Amino acid sequence: MKNHKTIVLSNQEISPGYYRMRILAPDYNKHAQPGQFVMFRVQRALPPLLRRPFGIFRAGFMPADCDSMPPKEFIEIIYKVVGSGTEIMQRLHYGDPVELLGPLGRGFEYGASDEEKILVGGGIGLVPLYMLAEKLVEKSKVRLLMGGRTRDDIITVTEFERLGVETYVSTEDGSLGEAGLVTQVLESKLRENNKVTVFACGPMPMIEAVQKICKRSATPLQVSLEALMACGVGACLGCVVKGSGHTDAQPSYLCTCKVGPVFQSDQLDWGASENRGADSCGGCR
Amino acid sequence: MIKRKEKIIRPKMAVEIAGIKLRNPIMPASGTFGYGEEYAPYLDLNSLGAIVTKGLSLKPKAGNSTPRICETVSGMLNAIGLQNVGVDVFIKHKMPFLEQFDTPVIVNFFGNTPEEYAELTGRLDDIPGVAALEMNISCPNVKHGGIVFGIDPQAVFAVVSQVRKKTTKPLIVKLTPNVTDIQVTAKAAEEAGADALSLINTLTGMAVDVKTRRPRLANTIGGLSGPAIRPIAVRLVHQVVQAVNIPVIGIGGISRALDALEFLIVGATAVQVGTANFVDPNAMTTILQELEDFCLAEGIEDINELIGSLEI
Repeated sequence: MKNHKTIVLSNQEISPGYYRMRILAPDYNKHAQPGQFVMFRVQRALPPLLRRPFGIFRAGFMPADCDSMPPKEFIEIIYKVVGSGTEIMQRLHYGDPVELLGPLGRGFEYGASDEEKILVGGGIGLVPLYMLAEKLVEKSKVRLLMGGRTRDDIITVTEFERLGVETYVSTEDGSLGEAGLVTQVLESKLRENNKVTVFACGPMPMIEAVQKICKRSATPLQVSLEALMACGVGACLGCVVKGSGHTDAQPSYLCTCKVGPVFQSDQLDWGASENRGADSCGGCR
Repeated sequence: MIKRKEKIIRPKMAVEIAGIKLRNPIMPASGTFGYGEEYAPYLDLNSLGAIVTKGLSLKPKAGNSTPRICETVSGMLNAIGLQNVGVDVFIKHKMPFLEQFDTPVIVNFFGNTPEEYAELTGRLDDIPGVAALEMNISCPNVKHGGIVFGIDPQAVFAVVSQVRKKTTKPLIVKLTPNVTDIQVTAKAAEEAGADALSLINTLTGMAVDVKTRRPRLANTIGGLSGPAIRPIAVRLVHQVVQAVNIPVIGIGGISRALDALEFLIVGATAVQVGTANFVDPNAMTTILQELEDFCLAEGIEDINELIGSLEI
């Protein structure tokens, strides 16, 4: 956990409205865990006032600008342009000064190696699942179920395939892969095999549907949530979700930034309508 | 190689408020710094003038529904609803951590009734590690968060008097800006026995999502903080300094040393940094460094020379 004053290395549109940004990020290869996030300051001036939370897509090394210099360490984030912060981000170029606070939060737990892993990603929610897949493919069979509204929302699937992940794509309008919801694919895959752990990240309605399906079949589930947050370190208390067993007398509010962003599904109060305020896709970024 | 012989004389940064000696005038604003431990990985708590805790109540408090925060132009709205662990958990689990540091701990607290304020004061008065109490009579986000006491001068006098009887520790009263004339409430707090005043708490505000036509905060109304409110805060501190004879702690939109200096020059003895901590966990370290640099550049040997040096 550290704040780095750093620079953008590259910033490219990978699908209409979706951008992939590479940022110089020392120590992240060693310290960043799959599922963790960064608080990103899009410029060292106003606006916007607050940082934006982004899941880490991957960490890596690239050749230095000059021979005999050490390789450059970077992370990549993927974002959709949805608000004032991401509008500024899409205009950033190589060398632009930014700040990275992280890696933050608790990431995924890998679970047993003798079981199948199913990753469920909805749109931009796919982002934190890539680093996880990199780890999981070492020991287990990994399948990715990727859903989106249209083909534009299906991103980076070929990169999962290159890791050896079996991928299934579905879109609501049928423009790519199967027509329908990703949760329908999940139901059919769960019927095949009993020993599975599911990892999900996406819009809250998708996560809720995944939770219901997994609960019915008693399949262990980890979800990665996103919430509006100001600090990312557990101080502002803006990003809380209700924990299981929450009552007015015995309140249990969990900070998405500190206890999460990855939760075991039984940590959360799935009846709480206000947990739906936590969203995996954008909000007011 | 040329060796510099003369040593740079570092400016004296220490200030004093109600008998507490602060190594410098920079401290966090309540509610933006947790209980200290959240920020310990990022900055040295021993470098701060004081640590101010999240507001405490007698019983743990759940806070409001989400969404609780929303960004606005150069500011943010929050309606956290005073979520806190309660005084018992604080004493048992949070205070031992804070006691490791050689920095005065100022405990912020609030109650629903004057009796609750008094009882809580009694509990906090017993803790040796607490250097001072900051009494919140100004939270805009809960029905009984204190603002009901904070806007009426007679209620201010009554509740501060009750608390005053229960403690010998320095008592700071945190004022709300959401009043017609802040000099009146400031004087009421002084007459009731406050040793110092801190201001401003957030200004009430509201934002609307134009697509859903719903308020952006679950609580509808929240407190506005951040750089957007600084000119209002400077004006209010200026007015309060004219009206009272006790030290004032300036709060409101401070994110750089130049911002802090405005408050000191109009007469604040110290300042609290709030929203800026969220933006940059090292904000207070940077402000301190810039403050020293400013004094060196301007030939100011003691920060106290600046306090109240406003020329009109």
